Amino acid sequence: MKAKKIIIAGNPNVGKSVIFNAITGSYATVSNYPGTTVEVFRGKTKINGEEFEVIDTPGMYSFVPVTEEERVSRNIIFAEKPVLVIHVLDTKNIERMLPFTLQLIEAGLPVVLVLNIMDEADRLGFKLSTKILEEQLGVAVISSIGTMGKGIAGIKDKIAAYASLEPSKLKVSYEPAIEKFLLTSGLGRLRSLLVLQDDTEIIESVKKEQKAKYKELEKEIDKLKKKYSQPLSYIIALTRQHTATKIVEEAKEKKGRVLENFSETLSRLTMNAFSGYVILFLVLYFGLYKFVGEFGAGYLVGLMESKVFGEWIIPPLANFIKHALPQKWLQDIFINDYGIVTLGMRYAFAIILPIVGTFFFVFAIIEDTGYLPRLAMLIDRIFKKMGLSGRAVIPMVLGLGCGTMATMVTRTLSTKRERLIATLLLALAIPCSAQLGVIMAILTTLPVLMMIWLVIINLVFITAGILSTKLIPGEPPVFFMEVPPLRLPKISNLFVKTYTRMEWYLKEVMPVFLAVSLIMWTADYSGLLKLAIKLTAYPLSALGLPVSTATVFIMGFFRRDYGAAGLYDMSRNGLLNHNQILVGIVVMTLFLPCIAQLIMMIKERKLGTAMAMTGVVTIVAFGTGYILNLALNIFRIVL
Amino acid sequence: MIMHKSEEILEGLYINIVENKKKAVSLLELKLTEESAEVKELVKKELVTLKTGNLKLTKEGEPEARDVVRRHRLAERLLTDVFDMKGLCVHESACEFEHILHRGIDEQICRLLGHPRTCPHGSKIPEGKCCKEKGIKDTRVISPLSLLKPGEKGKISYIQADDQAKLQTIMAMGVLPGMELSLLSNFPSYLFKLGNSQFAVDETIARQVFVRITK
Ligand SMILES: Nc1nc2c(ncn2[C@@H]2O[C@H](COP(=O)(O)OP(=O)(O)OP(=O)(O)O)[C@@H](O)[C@H]2O)c(=O)[nH]1
Ligand SMILES: [Zn+2]
Ligand SMILES: [Zn+2]
Repeated sequence: MKAKKIIIAGNPNVGKSVIFNAITGSYATVSNYPGTTVEVFRGKTKINGEEFEVIDTPGMYSFVPVTEEERVSRNIIFAEKPVLVIHVLDTKNIERMLPFTLQLIEAGLPVVLVLNIMDEADRLGFKLSTKILEEQLGVAVISSIGTMGKGIAGIKDKIAAYASLEPSKLKVSYEPAIEKFLLTSGLGRLRSLLVLQDDTEIIESVKKEQKAKYKELEKEIDKLKKKYSQPLSYIIALTRQHTATKIVEEAKEKKGRVLENFSETLSRLTMNAFSGYVILFLVLYFGLYKFVGEFGAGYLVGLMESKVFGEWIIPPLANFIKHALPQKWLQDIFINDYGIVTLGMRYAFAIILPIVGTFFFVFAIIEDTGYLPRLAMLIDRIFKKMGLSGRAVIPMVLGLGCGTMATMVTRTLSTKRERLIATLLLALAIPCSAQLGVIMAILTTLPVLMMIWLVIINLVFITAGILSTKLIPGEPPVFFMEVPPLRLPKISNLFVKTYTRMEWYLKEVMPVFLAVSLIMWTADYSGLLKLAIKLTAYPLSALGLPVSTATVFIMGFFRRDYGAAGLYDMSRNGLLNHNQILVGIVVMTLFLPCIAQLIMMIKERKLGTAMAMTGVVTIVAFGTGYILNLALNIFRIVL
Repeated sequence: MIMHKSEEILEGLYINIVENKKKAVSLLELKLTEESAEVKELVKKELVTLKTGNLKLTKEGEPEARDVVRRHRLAERLLTDVFDMKGLCVHESACEFEHILHRGIDEQICRLLGHPRTCPHGSKIPEGKCCKEKGIKDTRVISPLSLLKPGEKGKISYIQADDQAKLQTIMAMGVLPGMELSLLSNFPSYLFKLGNSQFAVDETIARQVFVRITK
C-alpha cells in the first residue's frame, strides 16, 4: 500500500520547515525570511507503525496564487489528495493568517491547525483558547514551539488519527448574491469561489471541461461583477477576514501588548537610511572580508594547502603512485599538472571548500537573524533603477555563495521580467563565494587592484541592470515584503544548514572536478590542449595576457572558480604582472557561469534565453577585459 | 453660477466626450430640446456648442465640466469614506452634494481625503491643483500610506485597485480594509506595522493603501 500523504502548508516564514524537520527527521532549509522553501520537500515518517509521506510546501498567502511558488503549493494541495493538511501559522498573527485556514476548510480538505511560534505570542502576553478555536473552526488545533520541539508529539498524534478526524462543518457566508452564484453555478463551492476570484488556471480548466456552460456562467459572473464597485476577490477576501476576526475575538483570552525592546530598536537601526548602511558595511567587513576573506581564504586555505595537501596527502600519495604505476602517462592521471589529486582534489578541497564553507556559515547567520528582508527594504530604491525590487537582494546575496542555488531562488520574484534580469545579473556580475574567496586571496596583498576590481564589477553590474531595464519590456517591479522579527540564530541550525549546503556543493563539484582533470589530461596527451591553447592565445594576447593563462581560461570554462584558482596559482608563482592579474581577474569574474549554473539557467529560463544570456555574458566579459587592457596601455598605467 | 441641471449636462458631456471618446452627444440622448433652459444657458455662456441637435464642449466648457465631474466623484469618496454610506445612495447623494462643493471647498475635501485618484466605482477623479503639491497643506482625515507621517496610526479605509494583480498581492498579505496599521518609517521604503507584523512596501503600493487617520 502506498504511504498516506500529509501536506504542511501555510504563510511564508511561520515555521513549516521546522515542523517538517521535526516530524520527519530530515532537513529542509530553515531561515528567517519569507520564501526560504522554493521547492517541494518530501520526507517519510512512521507513526504507530504506519508510514506517512510528509510534504513541505513553499509558503503562500492565499489560495489564489500570485507568485510561481504559490502556484506550485496550491497545485500540490489539489493534486496529492492528502489525508491531512497541517496548516501552520504564526500565533501572534493569527487574525491575519486564519483566513487561509478558512480557505483550506472551504476546499473540503481535512485540516489540523498548528499555532506555532507560541513563545513569541507568550512574550507579547497574547493568549488564545485552543478549545474555543476548535469549536468555532471544527478542526483540531495544536499549539507548538517548533524550534524547541514543543507540540510535535501532539501533531504526530493527529496524523496517526487522521482517519477519525471529522470534516469541519464551518461555512463562511458571503454576500447573498455571491452565495446564490455558489449554489447555482454547478461547479461546487470551491471552484466557483476561485472562478469569481479570477483564478486563471481554474477558469481555463472549467472552460476546457464545459465550454458551452462556461459561456453562460460568464454572463452571470459579469452581472455579479457589475453589482459591486470593487473586484469580487476583494469582497470575498473581506468577508473571509471578517469571519476570521470574529473567531479570533471569541477565542482571545488576553490581548497582547506592544513591546519596545532591544531587538526592536536594533531592527529599526538596520532599516534606517543612515545607520542601515553603516550596519551593512560592518556586516560586509566582518562577515565577508574578515571571516571569509582572512580566516577562510587566508588561514584555512593556507592550512589545507600547505599542511594537509602539501605535506600529508600529496607527497606520500605521489610516492605511492610513482611506485605502483611506472608509466608516466598513468601517473599523470592522479598527480602532476592535471592530476585528479593535485589539480581537482586540491582545488576543490583545499582552496574552494574552506572558502565556500565559511561563506555559507556567515550567510546562515545573516539568514537566521532575519537581516535579509531588512537589507531588501534598505536597498529597494537602488535596485529599482536596475529593474529589480528589493526582494531580489535575497537571490543576489545568495549568489555570492552559489550562483546555482541563487538562480533557483529567483523563483520568489513576482514578475517574469524581474526573474530574467536577476538571472542575467547573477550570471554576469555576481561572483560566487569560491571565486570571490580566491580573488580575495589574490588581491588582499594588492589593495589598489582590489579597489579597481570592485569599481569595475559594480559598474558592470549597474550598467547591465540599467540597460536591461531599458531593453526588456514589461511592468516595473513592485516591492512588498513581510519583515520578520530579528531572531537569535539557533547554533544547531547554523551548523546543520552550513553542512547541508556544503554537502550539496560537494555533490555538485565532485563530478565536475573529476571530469575537468580527466578532460585536461586527455587534451594534454591528445594534443587537443595545444590546439586549444593556440586558439585562445590570440584573444588572450588582445587582453594583454600571456599564453600560459590559456589553460586557466580553459579550466575557467568548466568552473569560474577553477579558473580563479588557476590564476591564484600563477600569481603566487610570480608568472603575472599586476596589470595582467587585474585584467585576468576582471574577465574571470564576469565570465560565463559554471556549468551547473548554466544547466539551472536552462531549467528555469528555457534553452534559448539561457544561450542568449551566455552569449551576452561572454561578449561583455571579454569586451570589458579588452577595454581595460587598452585603457591601461594608452595611459601607460603600470599597477 | 450655473444651474444644477446645467452642471449635470456638463458632467454627462465630459464623461461621454472626454472619457469615452465620443464625438458629440445628441440632445435626444439627454432627453432635452433646443428650447430647454439649461441648454440655452450653456450655449449663452459659451460652454457648449449646439449643431444639428448635437452638443459639444467648447474650450472653456471642458475645464468647467471637468470640475463638475471632479466634485461629483470627490463627493462620492467623502460619503463612502467619511460617512460610511454604501451603494446606490452614494451616487444620488453625491449628485446633490456636488453642487454644494464649490471651488475652494472641493480642494479642501480633496486634501481631507488624501487626494484620492478614483471614485468608489473605480472611475478616475480628474486631478486638481492641490494634488500636485504632495500634501503640504493637508488637513488629512484620510491619507494614502505614502503621505502618512512616521508614528501616525490609522485604520485602512480602502485599497485603490487600478491593477488586479497588485491588489491581489496586497490583500493576500492580509492588508485589508478595517485593519489597523501604524507607519514606522517612510524612507528608504515604507515600513508599517499591522497587527503583530511589519511590512515593507515601496511607494507604488504605499500610494494605493488609503488610511483613515486615528493618531
Ligand atoms: N521563536 C520561534 N521561532 C520559530 C519557531 N518556529 C520557527 N521559528 C523560526 O521561524 C523562522 C522560519 O522558519 P521556517 O521553518 O524556515 O519557516 P517556513 O514556514 O518553512 O518558511 P518558508 O519556507 O519561507 O515559507 C526560522 O527563523 C525559525 O527558526 C517557534 O516556534 N518559535
Ligand atoms: Zn462613481
Ligand atoms: Zn488634491
